[in-house]
Amino acid sequence: MVPVAFIDRARKGLGSPGVAALNTGSRRMMSHRLTAVEEFPSMDSMRDRAREIRLYSLAHLDELLARFTDEVEAQGGHVFFAADGEEAIGYIRRLAERENVGRIVKSKSMVTEEIHLNDALEAGEFEVVETDLGEFIIQLSGDTPSHIIAPVMHKTRQDVGRLFADKLDVEYTDDPQELNGIARSHLRQIFLDADMGISGCNVAIAESGTVSLVTNEGNGRLTTTAPRVHVAIMGMERIVPTLGDAAVILEVLARSATGQKLSVYTSLITGPRRPEEPDGPDEFHVVILDNGRSRVLGGDTAEILACIRCGACLNVCPVYREAGGHAYGFTYSGPIGAVLVPSLLGLEDWHDLPYASSLCGACLDACPVRIDLPELLLRLRRDAVAQGYPPPGLERVIGWYAGLATRPALWRTALRAAGLGSKVLGRKGWISSLPGKGAAWTDHRDLPRPATRPFHARWKERNGGT
Amino acid sequence: MVKVQLFVTCLVDSFFPEVGEAVVDVLERHGCTVEFPFDQTCCGQPAFNVGYHDQAREMAQHTIEVLDATEGTIVVPSGSCADMMINHTPELFDGNDELRGAAERVSARVKEFSSFLVDELGITDAGAVCAGRTATYHPSCHGFRNLGIRVQPETLLDHVSGLERVDLPDAETCCGFGGLFSVELPEVSASIMSTKLTNVEATGANLLVGVDVSCLMHLAGGLRRRGSTIEVKHIAEVLNGEPAS
Repeated sequence: MVPVAFIDRARKGLGSPGVAALNTGSRRMMSHRLTAVEEFPSMDSMRDRAREIRLYSLAHLDELLARFTDEVEAQGGHVFFAADGEEAIGYIRRLAERENVGRIVKSKSMVTEEIHLNDALEAGEFEVVETDLGEFIIQLSGDTPSHIIAPVMHKTRQDVGRLFADKLDVEYTDDPQELNGIARSHLRQIFLDADMGISGCNVAIAESGTVSLVTNEGNGRLTTTAPRVHVAIMGMERIVPTLGDAAVILEVLARSATGQKLSVYTSLITGPRRPEEPDGPDEFHVVILDNGRSRVLGGDTAEILACIRCGACLNVCPVYREAGGHAYGFTYSGPIGAVLVPSLLGLEDWHDLPYASSLCGACLDACPVRIDLPELLLRLRRDAVAQGYPPPGLERVIGWYAGLATRPALWRTALRAAGLGSKVLGRKGWISSLPGKGAAWTDHRDLPRPATRPFHARWKERNGGT
Repeated sequence: MVKVQLFVTCLVDSFFPEVGEAVVDVLERHGCTVEFPFDQTCCGQPAFNVGYHDQAREMAQHTIEVLDATEGTIVVPSGSCADMMINHTPELFDGNDELRGAAERVSARVKEFSSFLVDELGITDAGAVCAGRTATYHPSCHGFRNLGIRVQPETLLDHVSGLERVDLPDAETCCGFGGLFSVELPEVSASIMSTKLTNVEATGANLLVGVDVSCLMHLAGGLRRRGSTIEVKHIAEVLNGEPAS
């Protein structure tokens, strides 16, 4: 069994300036979402509609992907189904070699983070430049994203100012406008020189073979139009049947993610440049990634694939806000990560993630497609126990407790004994220090002493038995 | 007279029997005959929430057998245990029609204490006095989100004579208890608790009230460790007159 790692990673984050910045940022995003939802009375029915669309799409994935492929090919594009990250990387690398690509620009894509695409392409001697401001900062600092839509939530503007001064040979500034300007002018020529653009895909539309992309920076449009070759990479679940369905998803997505009515740029990309069009790539490729999703689809956490990656569940999650995104140890953090990562990659290495939740349910309240995240966490915990990966030491305690709770006479005796026995541990009814596992409680808070006369005993005295 | 069964919960039984006594007093004062099925123990939630369904099932089966032999509303002084009994216990017996049926019969009778007073007995003013105190209310997650319990306890507190209730900032955020979460991820739990306690202190209240002794035990322990003088009470204690201080 691998050592439980979430808590070790969380300890690094707790109380750090980075996590404090992330906490502030996620609370701000949460309040933006609440305002946007308040201003939109149909949000609740729109969420129901979005959920229906997503569940329908998951149930008809095979036919929707087939239709999507036909439409992309009819437009002169190419579709490649990748069983895993290695196949996706292999395809993109071969394509880049064939097209004599030197420089690659990327717009934000979590699925490329999931398969570590950048590392693989850079090892293949391609130059890869992230163009989303957050991802650009991540790449420049050799970091990893801490939030699925705001990847540098854990950095302050002073952090970014120092990074730019150090890496881009500019004067230090922590003015956000100036920092934006520095990144913009640095990236502009890079766009123009790039041979290939790699983007993600927020929603794919089966009926027209369209890939949609939402951004707030415009870099997505440059990535998908300036270079000769455009590769869009998407998780295989990211599809809906029609343009109308996509509109519903985009509407709840923007409101839930950033509190916007719609993101600043919403691009709908259908095929490569047509002969009469002045701009656009000559080659358009879509890589559809499985990487464990088929398996998830057949299991009882399949509902997690309905996720539209808005990040609302992260912003409301007290565990995410206090421990930080890096505590989850993988691309996807927060409640969605705690379910998705062990579902995709297996419980053997990720069995501690489903336990990284107090099951408070704030994520379910916030989810635009009403994914029952607490229920999915409970199922994964059940599976973790069944597969032999429970939290260490718990099995004995639970077994012992269940033994008492199914033997009422013994239960009553045990409660009395606990009340009497604990007299030695605390004065004035409180215990401030316990040995062993008990220290996990008393290191942080006092514990009331078990009552000398438990309720059972008091009831008996009060009513003379029964 | 309304006959009710008290399911007191393991934590009230062992740590806070005075809360159980207050529940009985308040219910009796408002015309209930309270019975206490004596062989009751724990609903099984601690095991269920960490994934031990076999052990949870054993405990739940014991609870169902004890309660199914009784009549009347089952009053539970905990939103979290009520949520377990209402929303999770029946599914543990999928594939066993007899036990599933019994679990559903029991689950349909379960009601959390404060919502029983308001929703079923129609009480908004429990006739309690709590002079010169300022209270703030923490809505514990399972009761609030899964059973919709919030307006009931707040209404009851608003009618306590002499008590001023002030809103808790960011009230709907978890306190960080989360059952065994509190000891499996202790530092994370404590960090969430600390945020909650700062909000409690910011209200200026000298009394923190809730409907779940589990979260309250965690918060009271944290307040005590901070050297705070804010008192922590289950709502039944507040509704049972003048809290002892």
